[in-house]
Amino acid sequence: MPLAARPVVHTTSVGVGAGTVGAVTARPTGTFAESSRAAGAADQHAAGAAGDWSPARAAESWQAVPDTSGHFGRFGGRFVPEALFAALDELSAAYEAARFDPVFTAELDGLLASYAGRPTPLTSADRLTERIGGARILLKREDLAHTGSHKINNVLGQCLLTRRMGKTRVIAETGAGQHGVATATACALLGLECVVYMGEEDTRRQALNVARMRLLGAEVVAVASGSRTLKDAINEAMRDWVATVDSTHYCIGSVMGPHPFPMMVRDFQRVIGVEARQQTLDLLGRLPDAVVACVGGGSNAMGVFHRFIPDAEVALIGCEAGGDGVASGRHAAAIAGGAPGVLHGMRTFLLQDADGQTQVSHSISAGLDYPGIGPEHALLHETGRASYRVVDDAAAMEALALVARTEGILVAIESAHAFAGAFEVARELGPDGVVLVNCSGRGDKDVDTAARWFDLLDPDAG
Amino acid sequence: MRSQLAHDQPAQGQPAGGPAAAARPVPAGREAARAGRSPLDEVFAAARAQGRAVLVGYLPAGFPTVERGIAAMRAMVAAGVDVVEVGLPYSDPTMDGPVIQDAADVALRGGVTTRDVLRTVEAVADTGAPTLVMTYWNPVERYGLEAFAADLASAGGAGAITPDLPPEEADSWLAACATQAIDPVFLVAPSSTPQRLRLVTSHSRGFVYAASTMGVTGARAAVGARAGDLVTRVREVTTLPVAVGLGVSTGAQAAEVAGFADGVIVGSALVRALATGDGEGGGDGVEAVARLAAELAAGVRAASA
Repeated sequence: MPLAARPVVHTTSVGVGAGTVGAVTARPTGTFAESSRAAGAADQHAAGAAGDWSPARAAESWQAVPDTSGHFGRFGGRFVPEALFAALDELSAAYEAARFDPVFTAELDGLLASYAGRPTPLTSADRLTERIGGARILLKREDLAHTGSHKINNVLGQCLLTRRMGKTRVIAETGAGQHGVATATACALLGLECVVYMGEEDTRRQALNVARMRLLGAEVVAVASGSRTLKDAINEAMRDWVATVDSTHYCIGSVMGPHPFPMMVRDFQRVIGVEARQQTLDLLGRLPDAVVACVGGGSNAMGVFHRFIPDAEVALIGCEAGGDGVASGRHAAAIAGGAPGVLHGMRTFLLQDADGQTQVSHSISAGLDYPGIGPEHALLHETGRASYRVVDDAAAMEALALVARTEGILVAIESAHAFAGAFEVARELGPDGVVLVNCSGRGDKDVDTAARWFDLLDPDAG
Repeated sequence: MRSQLAHDQPAQGQPAGGPAAAARPVPAGREAARAGRSPLDEVFAAARAQGRAVLVGYLPAGFPTVERGIAAMRAMVAAGVDVVEVGLPYSDPTMDGPVIQDAADVALRGGVTTRDVLRTVEAVADTGAPTLVMTYWNPVERYGLEAFAADLASAGGAGAITPDLPPEEADSWLAACATQAIDPVFLVAPSSTPQRLRLVTSHSRGFVYAASTMGVTGARAAVGARAGDLVTRVREVTTLPVAVGLGVSTGAQAAEVAGFADGVIVGSALVRALATGDGEGGGDGVEAVARLAAELAAGVRAASA
């Protein structure tokens, strides 16, 4: 996909108050190069927009967030030790330069197409639609991207950036292992050393992905501190990074952490929504009524939401992991059951106790088992541009089984949360509606968990 | 290239007094910024008059229990520690190595609360040694930062070290500290650019905490060679005393650091002394802390000899 072969895409230069700042008006084809140009045009408005920023204004001119210091309204920012500031500044500068550099964007778009398998298809889930008996259900098939989830979109961008910064080592955290596998994959492709931190608890429940990462040449470090899950893997990765920052890039896997990560990861994932929006228009000649995605840190949700933010008629719905139910206290729903606070370099909604100690999250899905949420989701929630629902373990597993039997698609337990939420939304919308579900990952890694949940391995249960 | 300084400038069209703390005028000097000297000012001035460095000792509150922690902190003051840092145990100590992580785990499992931390500050400040809280930011924000500053001041606290709160995010905290006349202490690191050194030091009071190496807390065989360079660079931009932390564990290392810094900060080694003494190995952790504190206190005095 040579960049020069594409017509130059101009962006609307509407006034700040006029609604869709920087929205792409030319036909978006989903390349990162085009996303960058759209964002660049929006940045020109950002300075003016930041001066009279308000939640209502932000909902209209969303490209203006974050501001130059990385704030999404009152969320985001940089709450990190001084030792990391130089590296974050270096990363910000490298990213700003790269995203408008045709050499970089062409290389990334080339890899997304020829290596990662983009664009991913849009599937009309007709048997599922019939079974639910509500709105038409469309699936954005990120499960068909290389490595089996949307995570590859972000890691290809960050690993190319790593090479561009002259660094040779990449570290990453992982929960379910999807981001770890994607990072190990990109590092193998680009010849970078890779170390993945994973909570000891997660290395047990996602043993298959541990083996995949090791096959791909990565070192997997089982983290035995704290709750031994994703948040502790992030703690350990941050401890590594502060000591190795000269040679090492920390490839954060979600729209979280200190600025510029929430913005940069969003930008790399934005391709999901850009493609899905056009594919929906091509298929139906209209936009969906709702876009539904699961939210842990929130990268697949931010990726599919972002292009739809200016489309005020499209509802954006995130599904948090409810574990045993919010009332039980054993859940991972940061918005439904948390309060604003500071963790892992950002201000956002957190599960925390009365003293500000982080509470341990619970979910059957390792990838959603995180006590926080990306700061842009916090702002989307607070402005009302997106809404967030809670899906508990049982509802997610039921959805996983239903999707498998009606569509022949075994989705990740993370994505199954989005499906369960989408079923509710589809019934609320009724038969005239259209709901787009981001099918963020495939479920091969979860067969063991699902087999135990449904007693599929017990011959006496059959 | 977008430097941090550029981040700190208000964007065009953005009103002054926006989120960028550094856009505010830098105080002409700390003497001008506050009337009277703080307890930290006094102790650094007194040590300077004696031609020696200040010894700062860290222990987390609630480790192994609140009462044993208080006893250990009071013992280290009696043994020659000039300034005490009371750590607030936190669930996600991303800047700490294993020794302090483990101690925080023990303290939290024992049910230590922010109020226990303030009670510890009060008991230690009663010795007359300036006493600071060392805390990750979220517990302060959760407590309410004005309330925390007020209660810390009422407990006799001299200030607070907040390693994951950069000055850019600290407007409200700086105001609360000024109201309560407590000293906010920020950190500099070997990677700090000259612009950031100016930013951080212009918002610090009492002293500047210089992290000797790039890494987490914990004893090291050698204190980073970059520590001396960092102290030199800090002194080019501020008249505040500079205290060096991370990695110091012996009297000899304390003497070495005291040779080029105004203060020597010791944490993990004291925590380990307390843990080993009170652990299954037997012995008395409080006595072990006192012995190490005495060795370190001799170290900061030996440097001037």
